[in-house]
Amino acid sequence: MNFSIKHPENEGGMNSRIRRLRRESLETPATLTIERALIETAFYKENYGKMPNCVLRARNFYEICRQRTIYIGKDELIVGERGPKPKAVPTFPELTCHSVEDLHTLNTRKLQPYLISQEDIDTYERVVIPYWKGRTQRERIFSHVGKEWEEAYHAGVFTEFMEQRAAGHTAMDGKMYRRGLLDCKRRIAERIASLDYINDPEATDKQQELEAMSISCDAAILLAERHARLAEQMALEETDPKRRAELRKIAETCHWVPAHAPRDLWEAIQMYWFVHLGTVTELNGWDSMNPGHIDQHLFPFYKKGIEEGTLTRDSAKELLSCLWVKFNNQPAPPKVGITALESGTYNDFTNINIGGIDREGRDAVNELSYIILEIQEELHELQPGLSIHVSKVTPDEFVLAGARVIREGHGYPSVFNPDVYTKELLRQGKTQGDANEGGCSGCIEVGAFGKEAYLLTGYLNTPKILEITLNNGRDPMTGKELGLKTGDPRGFKTFEELYEAYHKQMLHFVNLKLAVNNYIERMFSLYAPATFLSLFIDDCIENGKDYYSGGARYNTSYIQCTGLGTITDCLATLKRHVFETGRYTMDEMLRAVAQNFEGLEKMRQFIVNHTPFFGNDDDYADDLAVRVYNDLVAAIEGHPNTRGGKTQLNMLSTTCHNYFGSVCGASVNGRLAEFAISDGTSPAHGADTQGPTSVVKSLGKLDQTKSGGTLLNVRFVPQLMAREEDLRKLVSLIRAYFSMGGHHIQFNVVDTETLLDAQKNPEQYRDLLVRVAGYSDYFNDMTEQLQNEIIARTLHEEF
Amino acid sequence: MPLVFDIKRFSINDGPGIRTTVFLKGCPLHCVWCHNPEGISPHSTRLYNRKKCIGCRSCVEACPQGVLSLTPDGIKAKEGCTLCGRCADACPSKAMEMAGRQWTVDELMSVIEKERQVMTDSGGGVTLCGGEPLLHADYLISILRAVGKAGFHRAVDTSLFATREAVESVMRECELLLIDLKHFSDEAHHRYTGVGNTVILENIRLVSEAGKVYWIRIPLIVGVNADDRNLSQSAQFLASLPTKPEVVCLLPYHDIGKGKHARMGTTYNPEALPLRQPDADEQEHALSIFKAQGLNARIGG
Repeated sequence: MNFSIKHPENEGGMNSRIRRLRRESLETPATLTIERALIETAFYKENYGKMPNCVLRARNFYEICRQRTIYIGKDELIVGERGPKPKAVPTFPELTCHSVEDLHTLNTRKLQPYLISQEDIDTYERVVIPYWKGRTQRERIFSHVGKEWEEAYHAGVFTEFMEQRAAGHTAMDGKMYRRGLLDCKRRIAERIASLDYINDPEATDKQQELEAMSISCDAAILLAERHARLAEQMALEETDPKRRAELRKIAETCHWVPAHAPRDLWEAIQMYWFVHLGTVTELNGWDSMNPGHIDQHLFPFYKKGIEEGTLTRDSAKELLSCLWVKFNNQPAPPKVGITALESGTYNDFTNINIGGIDREGRDAVNELSYIILEIQEELHELQPGLSIHVSKVTPDEFVLAGARVIREGHGYPSVFNPDVYTKELLRQGKTQGDANEGGCSGCIEVGAFGKEAYLLTGYLNTPKILEITLNNGRDPMTGKELGLKTGDPRGFKTFEELYEAYHKQMLHFVNLKLAVNNYIERMFSLYAPATFLSLFIDDCIENGKDYYSGGARYNTSYIQCTGLGTITDCLATLKRHVFETGRYTMDEMLRAVAQNFEGLEKMRQFIVNHTPFFGNDDDYADDLAVRVYNDLVAAIEGHPNTRGGKTQLNMLSTTCHNYFGSVCGASVNGRLAEFAISDGTSPAHGADTQGPTSVVKSLGKLDQTKSGGTLLNVRFVPQLMAREEDLRKLVSLIRAYFSMGGHHIQFNVVDTETLLDAQKNPEQYRDLLVRVAGYSDYFNDMTEQLQNEIIARTLHEEF
Repeated sequence: MPLVFDIKRFSINDGPGIRTTVFLKGCPLHCVWCHNPEGISPHSTRLYNRKKCIGCRSCVEACPQGVLSLTPDGIKAKEGCTLCGRCADACPSKAMEMAGRQWTVDELMSVIEKERQVMTDSGGGVTLCGGEPLLHADYLISILRAVGKAGFHRAVDTSLFATREAVESVMRECELLLIDLKHFSDEAHHRYTGVGNTVILENIRLVSEAGKVYWIRIPLIVGVNADDRNLSQSAQFLASLPTKPEVVCLLPYHDIGKGKHARMGTTYNPEALPLRQPDADEQEHALSIFKAQGLNARIGG
């Protein structure tokens, strides 16, 4: 296999076209476009209530595809944008309608602004906002949820994914490369013809849904046709013969896909991109849209092109690079109100999977896997995200190639273990083949690609639940009585009594969330069916049912539990120092956290330095983590959802651990008020002091196959892995963790800023290893002078 | 019983693969640049880290000898410390720590076993290091036997400043020796480390003649041993041996020992000898001298 990064002389490196497109993508500011909202508002005003909602949604989608501005940029080979130009994001007022104030905030905020003109804001205020008042999904949800739910939500006990965006986490399998939308239409027609209106009471519903799907096919074909016509027009006006030929090829491609199955690599990539655009135009699903195992899907086209001489490695790489730029051109749709803290990023979490296994469980690495690693490294954009999938059958050579990109320090690829996540999928009832075709989308969540609607419903703040337990049901931050009266912990005689109280409280909040989840799911089924997306998820067509109505072969709802490290450390602290040694009374503990350890630094230091914490391969803490985790699984798993599937747990946090920390007071493990709680299943910040093998061993004690994904962040200084043999050690660490049953690991490259912060807050960075010449040591243990030198060196490496 | 002052898991610079390194206390050498000066004394050593100290006086109150006091410069100790360790026990923030405690072989094995998977998967193993581990040959051998019985690859990191018998017996109980060669000149070796190198060179030859697998590790220090003459002599010597080192590692000097000295309350490089880290060109040049002799050499451990 060829693999090369950063070789300027290499013709296969970023060529001038890709450099220009990339620069344009990086330099163009994110903007909001109100075009979609205007088309939609006009359509709804005219048609709402006159047809079934699924048909309404499909025709709305058709109108958007028919009327919206289309764009073909200079130099582009792969075409199509979500808005009228790169990085323009539409709004989705049918789900959540931005207020004038929201739009002003987005236009002017310092971090991640979305620019919008005053004229557009005025139009929005005049035309869009008045129509949607009282008609949005968000209002439907909040009018129903009840005071108890709403108070827990506002206190930060849990979040709700679907109050502002549609559920996403959609990843594709390979079927779109084998059948075009005209094939879909034929199958839909056959399916309608076979409906049994006498014996199937749902036959009419199915007919309507299928008709809506058929309209969605027409919409996407029309969108492509409009691009074809624009390209033809541009070709006529083009003076450069080379570009004229390219525009003609673009036109030819857009005439062919997505109506028909693609015939070459160019068409295959454009096929995916139209499907992507359709999905993110129809609704604003979380984690946008994901091509899944794109190296496997595209390889037959690549191979054929190379064999026939119509393609070279470099031309294939160029086409794929064009797709990569397209991903970066789509910032996440911005949210409303104050929830910015929850996820303040342009990143829409497309997570492309490469390597791993095929449907039969064989090694799936191919030449495109390596080409994609090169592209990821050369372009290093915010989007898309990339993950390498490392099974026992995956060759070391590929993992090493991935490790080389990790070392470059752009934060990807992350690393997943198909040997474990296929077991997770099997446990949830998928077939072996469907599990093998599955993968991880968004951050770490597992799914049967192209066959499952797996909706993430929101995060659960487990340290917050313990905090409420320790306050006998009251939230000390808001002062509200949010939970059950599980007793004043000062009266607890044993750790078991405390744990029992926490357990009751946890069940209470999980049930509160579950009760509302099903209602929200129904709202999407009723008001926001995804008739276009349903075309690509088995077996929506066969079942005649929507993605949001149980049409998919598999239907899972997830609750994501965060803060495992923090809650474990808190429980270990109480167990050891209150119930076992009696060093502190419960009252002293409660007073200490109430006053944020002010004036109690000695106590706080003692706790931080003399308590067995999670992540040190110490069974005292790890057994508690296993218990907390197993109890969360038992509480969440198996409750039926509205789509014929079940609720499952996963252990994702994205950036929510920051928000969750901000709503928690100090915690008994010495964590100060408002500091982040631990992320994913990682140890709490600075809790692990025994090196990375201890961390992975602690994590290995959780039966991760019971989850829909866990997340382990490991801090990593790139110079620690300077040499090829060091990379082999990194690979060994990954392999060792995976053989212990690890689902995911990612290496957070430590940059200068982090090192400076580590100098100021050593306690948060007790795990930070750095390399000094032929030697590595904990950063905390070095003189300031040496620390400064390492900082200077890291700084140097960034340029 | 000898003391162990550190057990480092996920050690990636002490031999092949990912290793667990066990540090034995006590060393007959006193290298000016020593990066583990707390390993020199065979006794327990009190370490105080000012950065971690919160000034709570717990140690001052715990000290039965009353030798500790809190000053504007942190905790200071008068003469009379018996190294009893009560101060470290009392310290909430681990600013005060005692380096060195007794570990039975079984205790050590229980820590080492925890790393089995990673060590095995990575082609790593266990490295015994110091101080100078050969100073405690009997204890060292009992550890090595247990480690070997458990099926791990064994390396011993040593200056080879030890008796012939110690070298011979340890050699039989490990798969790899990591041998420090600090200077080729006996006189200079004496000046910088406190001992001459005659015994060391003899022992290197002994190891080589036995056909043992060994690595040579040279701290590369401008002002001490990075001159052409010393490097050439060292390279020629190594190249002349019947079994050549598997690899020669040139470890660019770093004053990492400074922080440790501060924590011990002692002075790093008290005579202020000129020690300097070689720049990239100097490193490359040094490397070329070893490569010219047909040796497999590299920068770093």
